[in-house]
Amino acid sequence: MNQTVRPERRVLAQRVTLAHGGGGKAMRDLIEDVFTSVFAPPGMEDQARLMDASLLEPGAELAFTTDSFVVSPMEFPGGDIGTISVCGTVNDLAVGGARPLWLSAAFIIEEGVEITTLRQIAASMQKSALEAGVRIVTGDTKVVGKGSGDGVFVTTAGIGVIPPGRRMLAESVRPGDIALVSGVLGDHGAAILAARGDMDLTSDIRSDCQPLNHLIEAVLTAVPDIRAARDATRGGLASALNEVAYAAGVGIEITEADLPLRQEVRGICEILGLDPLYLANEGTLVLFVPPDQAVSALAAMKSVPAGRGARVIGKAVTAHPGTVIMKTVLGGARIVDMLVGEQLPRIC
Amino acid sequence: MCLGIPGRIVTIADASRKLAIVEVMGVKRQVNVACILKDDELIESLVGAWSLIHVGFAMSRINEQEAAMTLDVLRQLGEAQEEIEAMRATERMMAVAL
Amino acid sequence: MNYTDEFRDPVAARGVLAAIERVVDEIGATKDKPLHIMEICGGHTHAIFRYGLDKLTPPGLEFIHGPGCPVCVLPMSRIDECVDIAERPNVIMTTFGDAMRVPGRRKSMMQAKADGADIRMVYSQLDALELARRNPGKEVVFFGLGFETTTPSTALTILQAHADRQSNFSIFCNHITVPPPIKALLDDPYMVLDGFVGPGHVSMVIGIRPYDFIARDYKKPIVVAGFEPLDLLQSVLMVLEQIRDGRAEVENQYARVVPDEGNPVSIAACNEVYQPRPSFEWRGLGEIDASGLRIRDKYAAFDAEVKFEIGYGTGPRFTGEQDGCRCGDVMTGRIKPHACPQFGKGCTPEMPLGALMVSSEGACAAYYQYGGLRLEAVE
Repeated sequence: MNQTVRPERRVLAQRVTLAHGGGGKAMRDLIEDVFTSVFAPPGMEDQARLMDASLLEPGAELAFTTDSFVVSPMEFPGGDIGTISVCGTVNDLAVGGARPLWLSAAFIIEEGVEITTLRQIAASMQKSALEAGVRIVTGDTKVVGKGSGDGVFVTTAGIGVIPPGRRMLAESVRPGDIALVSGVLGDHGAAILAARGDMDLTSDIRSDCQPLNHLIEAVLTAVPDIRAARDATRGGLASALNEVAYAAGVGIEITEADLPLRQEVRGICEILGLDPLYLANEGTLVLFVPPDQAVSALAAMKSVPAGRGARVIGKAVTAHPGTVIMKTVLGGARIVDMLVGEQLPRIC
Repeated sequence: MCLGIPGRIVTIADASRKLAIVEVMGVKRQVNVACILKDDELIESLVGAWSLIHVGFAMSRINEQEAAMTLDVLRQLGEAQEEIEAMRATERMMAVAL
Repeated sequence: MNYTDEFRDPVAARGVLAAIERVVDEIGATKDKPLHIMEICGGHTHAIFRYGLDKLTPPGLEFIHGPGCPVCVLPMSRIDECVDIAERPNVIMTTFGDAMRVPGRRKSMMQAKADGADIRMVYSQLDALELARRNPGKEVVFFGLGFETTTPSTALTILQAHADRQSNFSIFCNHITVPPPIKALLDDPYMVLDGFVGPGHVSMVIGIRPYDFIARDYKKPIVVAGFEPLDLLQSVLMVLEQIRDGRAEVENQYARVVPDEGNPVSIAACNEVYQPRPSFEWRGLGEIDASGLRIRDKYAAFDAEVKFEIGYGTGPRFTGEQDGCRCGDVMTGRIKPHACPQFGKGCTPEMPLGALMVSSEGACAAYYQYGGLRLEAVE
């Protein structure tokens, strides 16, 4: 076998310059030293060439998704833009019942970003990838002038395989189905707010960012008939529930007293006048299961660390199709609508 | 202009500028305590006090006695209602049984 | 005890609700001839809808949503002036989040920010002052809005800026006071009101005596209320009991936070820093005497209207509303949000015509977001 010994490529600069995006030696060194030496993709070509036996099973489906990540600040308690760029795409695949396999990672980097920041992002991505059991197999790097970006933007695309027989679709949800969440709500959104610094709040809240594919597999083993799953990212639990209600043409009823919330997240919401239903989550699952499977689903979730805090929060109903209604702690009812624009802190 | 939340003062941050750290359900923030500091009072004596917090200012000390009294009245109304509901439930059961 | 959760207890709530039902019965009010109780403060409007209290109380009781939403009563011209200042060179405009989406004639502050103006949301005026300290080359302006709950914090910040000689800091002052618009409503022959739920946090500053005129001169009961659902329900019960017993008094349900005589430090700071404007324009209510505050000449160095030569007394003012906007009628309780022809059609949270659809306390926003009309349709 022809053993090619290639010289190691190292970046010596402290900060990213336009040269690093120029397609020449500087860019090659950056890609290899910062990214490919960490991700260890299967080849050196522009395209990853891949096969997995599960793709060939009759009735299997290829799942494909993409997402861009622009979070600011790039680093926050519990993770960074690298963590969420991998977990976000893995989870987008997993909620469709897919077993995630391969990710691509494209970076748009603003001139002046520190190389150590990029190394940290790459390390976080690889750590999450290993946790999820996926490989980052291809990617791209571009550099834009100062002011044309906001630090680092990451776009990941993911490929997975949906085994034959799985059909997890929002529109499959029927009246009577039980809604569950895998853990506390709003940690990510609250952590980002606190990390931004402009409200000058100090807390121990950490983002809940984590891959959810193992959790979903655990539930599917116990409950093959999961109707639908969602990860409640931007727009929070409220948006995920509204999407399902709309797609399935069902009403959804949830009970405020059953929603699991960390005390500190409640604190941030009380101080800033925010509604935790709309805070983003990056590692929290919303599931709909047939009523006779709810107990098994709950037990299956709790058997996995990511699902320790799982709870039943409500159900789908025939009444008020497309609308989500919450029974408040007092017993009254209010509509939980889709978020309009961004949720802003208020004093009134 | 109404959003205010009770918080507990946990430490003094800057006595000369009347700044303290308040904690609300585990979240901490620096607040100005001028409104709740009496003329002859030492700022350190505020540690442990509960106050209504609005836009970074401690606006009014929470009167724990008044709070307890209000809650008492509310609880009594609640308990009285629970008794009424329990009696009604028993009556319904009896009516069915007869 | 965290003084919050205890006042959300559902068991106690059932008790108060049952008592409310009994008293409404005793009074003889029904859906066709309801009692009208006005909650003055926008924060109370928000709480009523958030907890579904209007649906839990009997049909013989109708909440009339009052004008106590300082964002909702802002005339469009003030937003225009604020955007004007924000768009000047070297200015950092700071504001509470509430004001960001209120439409001006040209644009909202959110739109001005998207167009490149340096507009930042802050939690506290003190954070704006800190920004001034850290950016000596910039002019930091704070958009001061709010009723008496917030006027002391702005005043104390001005006093701190004065002590620090922080010359690159100023306030665009839109602070207003609660008693004048209540009097304007009570003088309005078309308003039929049986009682008031009074603003708890305004009162922790001014005390409860400023409301004496309501009981004494207009013979209406007013109960100063806290903001947790049990506070509101208990206050409503107290108003109803007064109506049933033929009393008209000022009562304080929120005594754990509101001292009868108010907060001396806050009152002193406000007297030191502000003086009343001869009159101030309120959206929907027109000009009201002695209802707005301006910064005294002594502190003119911190008055953005002086610094930037803008605002009252500097030229012709636009005092109107967008075409078709009926914010004024909704805000004064003359019509319900869904009776406005624009509600849900030409005016939605995504594309608001007026402040009531944008402000978190606005009756229209609350109605739209939490249910109101749509809840009635699904029941």
